[in-house]
Amino acid sequence: MKLVLREALLTFQRAPLLSALSVTTIAFSLFVVGLFGLVAVNLQQALSEVAERVEIVAYLLPGTPVETVTMAVKDIEAFPEVQSATYVTEDRALARARAELVEFRDVLQELERNPLPASLEVKLKPGFRDADHVNDVADRLRGFGFVDDVRFGRDWVEKLDRLRQLAAAVGLVVGAAFAVVAIIIIGTTIRMAVLQRSREIAIMRLVGATDGFIRRPFLLQGAIKGMLGGLVAVGLSFAAYTLINRWLFHAAFFSREQASAIVAFGTLIGFFGSSASVGRHLRRV
Amino acid sequence: MIKFTGVFKAFPKSGLALKDVSFHIAKGEFAFLTGHSGAGKSTVLRLIYAEEPVTSGEVRVSGFNVAEISRRDIPKLRRRLGIVFQDFRLLEDRIAEENVAFALEVTGARRAGIAARVMRVLTQVGLAAKAKAYPRELSGGEQQRVAIARALVNEPTVLLADEPTGNLDERATRGVFQLLRDINASGTAVVMATHDLDLVRQAPYRVIELQEGALVYDSGVDEPRDQAAST
Repeated sequence: MKLVLREALLTFQRAPLLSALSVTTIAFSLFVVGLFGLVAVNLQQALSEVAERVEIVAYLLPGTPVETVTMAVKDIEAFPEVQSATYVTEDRALARARAELVEFRDVLQELERNPLPASLEVKLKPGFRDADHVNDVADRLRGFGFVDDVRFGRDWVEKLDRLRQLAAAVGLVVGAAFAVVAIIIIGTTIRMAVLQRSREIAIMRLVGATDGFIRRPFLLQGAIKGMLGGLVAVGLSFAAYTLINRWLFHAAFFSREQASAIVAFGTLIGFFGSSASVGRHLRRV
Repeated sequence: MIKFTGVFKAFPKSGLALKDVSFHIAKGEFAFLTGHSGAGKSTVLRLIYAEEPVTSGEVRVSGFNVAEISRRDIPKLRRRLGIVFQDFRLLEDRIAEENVAFALEVTGARRAGIAARVMRVLTQVGLAAKAKAYPRELSGGEQQRVAIARALVNEPTVLLADEPTGNLDERATRGVFQLLRDINASGTAVVMATHDLDLVRQAPYRVIELQEGALVYDSGVDEPRDQAAST
């Protein structure tokens, strides 16, 4: 094992230029994937911020006793889809209207009687903010005897659904394409490293090295290059993110897990790319 | 030790390289493989170390049936052989002792003993003083000595040498040839392919001569070799 590690590391020392080139190529290939990932992450976040505004409002019949409503709020909050249910009394509705609708302040001041109904504002948990679940919860709210009417932006929620599906499909297709391109480029780079050492491989075989012995340092070296490339790619992505954040708009960066996934992806491509290249080379000689 | 029985070797493009070749080289023997370029000398050696598959016939080397050897067994076969080439085939980015140690490391030899064994063979080939030199810092003859040391370090039963003096001047040639004779004297069989007839005449060793892939003369079984040497 020590020998494998030594041989793998010596390659960086013996062929520093080619090694640096490999790492750079891997880094930039993964950087492209990373940039796309950043776009996806930010799109995802923007959509979920929009989705947070998905809300169902159940208007209550006038004169519904507070105790009844309080009981109902408990029931509703027990729905698996529901994040929170807030009781808005007639008075609070009016106060809110006065505060928010400044242009109608005069009209609202002169009212003799509060025309606004009390309501329940129901917010859904993150995974349930789509048209189907919203409809479902709205239907159940209508089942309460004291609920007069249930409103939510149906068109808006459906549009949001379509947007989400589109983003997921584009993300999958473009992301996969980028990943495939990265795999091909990285595979070619590793193949170059193998060809560069073909003479050495031939000599190793002549003196009785087994295929496994020849292969192992390459696999380790491929994995190390892939890992370094992945780290550099995350670094470049972070630099891009910092620039965008400073000059363009407020953006989000990868979570720790997502950044680790990029590095792991690089390591795996490096490992399996080397395995394929060396395997092919060994079968041919 | 090495036994060829009715061996044919055909290449897809160039056709038959060996035609019905049979010979037997005993343990500890020294044999020259002679013939013009393209006569099949290198092909015989390549079949011995399983670099090329045998087309038909039987090749037995050191207990291995090479015609049917599995890929897995090839390294085991090669560890019993030492192989030396005209172009040395040293790793340019490693010093002499690393080039020799390399042949031990790939066999999974214990690290502790490697340095001592490397020094011993380098001393045997007369290069102990240049153990730290890179191949480019050595003369052709010295590089070939490093290659011979690498071939010897695994204590092979047979040393195969493919035109080992082809790139060397006369003085270096004599030195390397003497080294091969010494190695043979210590019990290792040597099969040396060469077209240097002067060298062949210098020593009383067996001569196997190939012509266009066919064995035309074998001093081990035929009449005195002066006949062949003069052709």
